[in-house]
Amino acid sequence: MGGGLVRIGVTVFPGSNCDRDALHAIERMGEEPVELWHAEADLKGVDAVIVPGGFSYGDYLRPGAIARFANVMGPLEDFGREGGPILGVCNGFQVLCEAHLLPGALLQNRHMRFVCDRVRVRVETANTPWTAGFEGGEGLTLPVAHNEGNYFAAGETLARLEDEGRVVFRYLDNPNGSVNDIAGVCNEGRNVVGIMPHPERVSDPALGSDEGLKILRSVMVGAGV
Amino acid sequence: MGREPNYLELSLFSVMWSEHCGYKNSRPLLRRFPNEGSRVLQGPGENAGVVEVGDGWALAFKMESHNHPSAVEPYEGAATGVGGIIRDILAMGARPVALLDSLRFGPLDEERNRYLFREVVRGIGGYGNAVGVPTVGGEVEFSAAYSGNPLVNAMCVGLIRVEDLMRSRATGEGNAVVLLGSKTGRDGIHGATFASDELTEESESKRSNVQVGDPFAEKMLIECCLELLKRDLLVSLQDLGAAGITSSASEMAASGGVGIDIEVEKVPRRETGMEPWEVMISESQERMLAVVEPEKVDEALAVAERYGIGGTVVGRVAGHGDLRVIENSEVVGTVSADHLADAPIYEREVVRPAYLDEVQNFDPEEIPQPEDYNEVLLEMLSHPNLRSRRSIYNQYDHQVGTDTVVLPGADAAVMRIKGTKRGFAVTTDGRGRHCFLDPRGGGAATVAEAYRNLSCVGAEPVAVTDCLNFGSPEKPDGYYQLAECIEGMSEACEAFGTPVVSGNVSLFNETDRGPIYPTPTVGMVGVFEDVGRHATPGFKREGDMVVAIGAGTPVSLAGSEYLEIIHGRVLGRPPGPYLDAERETSDLVCRLIRDGIVDTAHDISGGGEVVAVAEMALAGGLGMEYVEGGFGRKVAGQGAGRADVALFGEEPGAFLVTVPWERWAGLQDALGGSVGYDQIGTVGGDSVKIPGYIDVTLSELREAYEQDLFGIPGEVVGGSEAVG
Repeated sequence: MGGGLVRIGVTVFPGSNCDRDALHAIERMGEEPVELWHAEADLKGVDAVIVPGGFSYGDYLRPGAIARFANVMGPLEDFGREGGPILGVCNGFQVLCEAHLLPGALLQNRHMRFVCDRVRVRVETANTPWTAGFEGGEGLTLPVAHNEGNYFAAGETLARLEDEGRVVFRYLDNPNGSVNDIAGVCNEGRNVVGIMPHPERVSDPALGSDEGLKILRSVMVGAGV
Repeated sequence: MGREPNYLELSLFSVMWSEHCGYKNSRPLLRRFPNEGSRVLQGPGENAGVVEVGDGWALAFKMESHNHPSAVEPYEGAATGVGGIIRDILAMGARPVALLDSLRFGPLDEERNRYLFREVVRGIGGYGNAVGVPTVGGEVEFSAAYSGNPLVNAMCVGLIRVEDLMRSRATGEGNAVVLLGSKTGRDGIHGATFASDELTEESESKRSNVQVGDPFAEKMLIECCLELLKRDLLVSLQDLGAAGITSSASEMAASGGVGIDIEVEKVPRRETGMEPWEVMISESQERMLAVVEPEKVDEALAVAERYGIGGTVVGRVAGHGDLRVIENSEVVGTVSADHLADAPIYEREVVRPAYLDEVQNFDPEEIPQPEDYNEVLLEMLSHPNLRSRRSIYNQYDHQVGTDTVVLPGADAAVMRIKGTKRGFAVTTDGRGRHCFLDPRGGGAATVAEAYRNLSCVGAEPVAVTDCLNFGSPEKPDGYYQLAECIEGMSEACEAFGTPVVSGNVSLFNETDRGPIYPTPTVGMVGVFEDVGRHATPGFKREGDMVVAIGAGTPVSLAGSEYLEIIHGRVLGRPPGPYLDAERETSDLVCRLIRDGIVDTAHDISGGGEVVAVAEMALAGGLGMEYVEGGFGRKVAGQGAGRADVALFGEEPGAFLVTVPWERWAGLQDALGGSVGYDQIGTVGGDSVKIPGYIDVTLSELREAYEQDLFGIPGEVVGGSEAVG
């Protein structure tokens, strides 16, 4: 990648609504945001991809269930399997689970209602491209906003996730009933990370915090830039 | 029109001359509102009002009611209320950036009211969260006057470059009329007529009059319309709301002084066998009507296709001045667009109702003084009217868009404008009980409260939108309340320099239990030159001095929260308005914040001074101690010897601010001579203490204040402001 800007793609599905926020955060980092339109099977040579939050395809059927069939997903899945850094945020996490790039599923929140709040999370491992800038165990305050953020994985999968250190973020005050307080996980290759809280929403001191930028910036550490 | 109208034509008049569309009872009264100001780019008469912010930016905003639909089908009623107000903003060419909701329900001890409350909040969240516009503020109140007739008023603010402002005026004979968005079905037929009638038991059977919302379709419609505007493909744009194509097309034609031919068979439908009149007045959601020059039609339709929404040429702009409905080349209805958009006007006599003498006759000496003020404070804070709104706003995405500078829970929402230092603040306020007790005073106080709320975040208040929620204007009491509230609001808007630039009227809010409180709600917008210079209510530093700033207005139990919550009475005529004094104090507080002297401010409102202190303490997670003996002065003075009056009485135009010691001198200089102030205590500790009267810990306060309004037991979390 040399000395040029890191090009970070942001997928845009019909109904994505945090795409512009993610593009803005990338711009604030001084890197190059690239919009990846759902209908085009082309990642435009980006170095990393963020699958943003929102209600892709209206969350109809199940959150993420329709988005996984979009044209852009073919090359995205190849990119993920070849070790390309992908971060799924909120609905993006749901999309990556539906596409089987990540294990488990996100069920409806305990109490069956939408939750928008700020929560404490702990970075459990620095061994992913999206947490490489952290020390393991570091705490963060991040916004959440979701109706289906209750992470679930069956016993065996869950045990593997824990054993292999693939729980990337854990809630300190669990807002949705997620099993083992899981807020984010990664795939076996550790390059694909899903996180329910929104790092892009805390990427500007003018809004009170830029703690989330550290997650987005980590990808440059992880990518060796 | 010189002949008997046919059924289709009658249907058009039936919806267009309903109160909801035609304002036939309210129009003469609405003329009273001041509409002009130096920042006003667009006043009433368009889809939304528009004011200038600076740096070439403008804000489009409007509030609209969806009371009747929400009474019979609360989830969809509230959801489509949000959808409708977003399209009003979009029609001005603006990107919707903030939503607020002003809500009123009957008491939560009735199952029906709990159901309406829960489902309305779910509907607002369900739509707003998915459509990607943050819900950043609003208000909720509970009173028996709203049992069975909830008020659901949704407000939207949009951001636009001044030069990109769009209008709904149709022009250019031969231009294409393009219908964008969802297909047309039978939903919401005669919704506008239904909205202009009283609610009865039969209303429940009118569920089919309520439209069904699809926020996903709306999200695509927003992005599509903004793209069409960016590419300069539109002559004009109008949303389809009440009365559907009929209303949009006739308003577009009337304001452009042209006619429109609608070829009704071209309208894409989702049901078979629809009659032309059904197509014309269907209120199917997520649709817009645009006028496009013929040579740009292909490109416009290609943009619609990219966003996966319908785009169909359904008619032409014509020179004849009529709205003509054509089916397969045959004219099936013709009405003059002017005539349709110009409903008849009823003017009535304004007669003071007898009930006013009865409710205003109030002697505070009849009210026993409580023995334990700690208990009273906790009971007040746990009452649904004063309790934390966290369990509501945590169901709304209030951050999407990454412009929300101050999260919900403060006096007003504060938003930034990316790429500039500027920002804006917005609040919604209503005072139904006050307007019931004194319609003119209450109308003025409603505007004053909004003005205070903007001032104490540090924004310069600019302009107003309103929803006039009233009972039947065909009854003398209802008409008097409407006329007097409008008079009071107008006087306040004049005194404050905040013109009314848009609004909506919802009359006939009555059930078999009677009319609602007269409840005009006000949405007020203010601007910041530097949005970094704002204040929030939460205490921020141990040792800060707490200063009360007041206009010297009387403190009274009349019409107060205390009188209703603790003593079960709705009586008295609240003092005021004192418009000039209130403006002076509010402007002063705004200046203190803008000059960087004060970053913590809150107005004294429902519940009086001690409730305001408790709210500031809970928001900041820090206690406060009053100066020894200091509160006795207020009891002896403004309280006339009664501690409950001094603690819980309400006073217009009063604020609490805090400053650290090093800014105390600066504050005194800035306060100058004419406004009264008093250093009442110091921030610190983990309790609120007023020696001799109150001593309650923060955790006791929190336990009362943070209870879930929907009865879900659980974590009382946080308590401190997320953003300073």
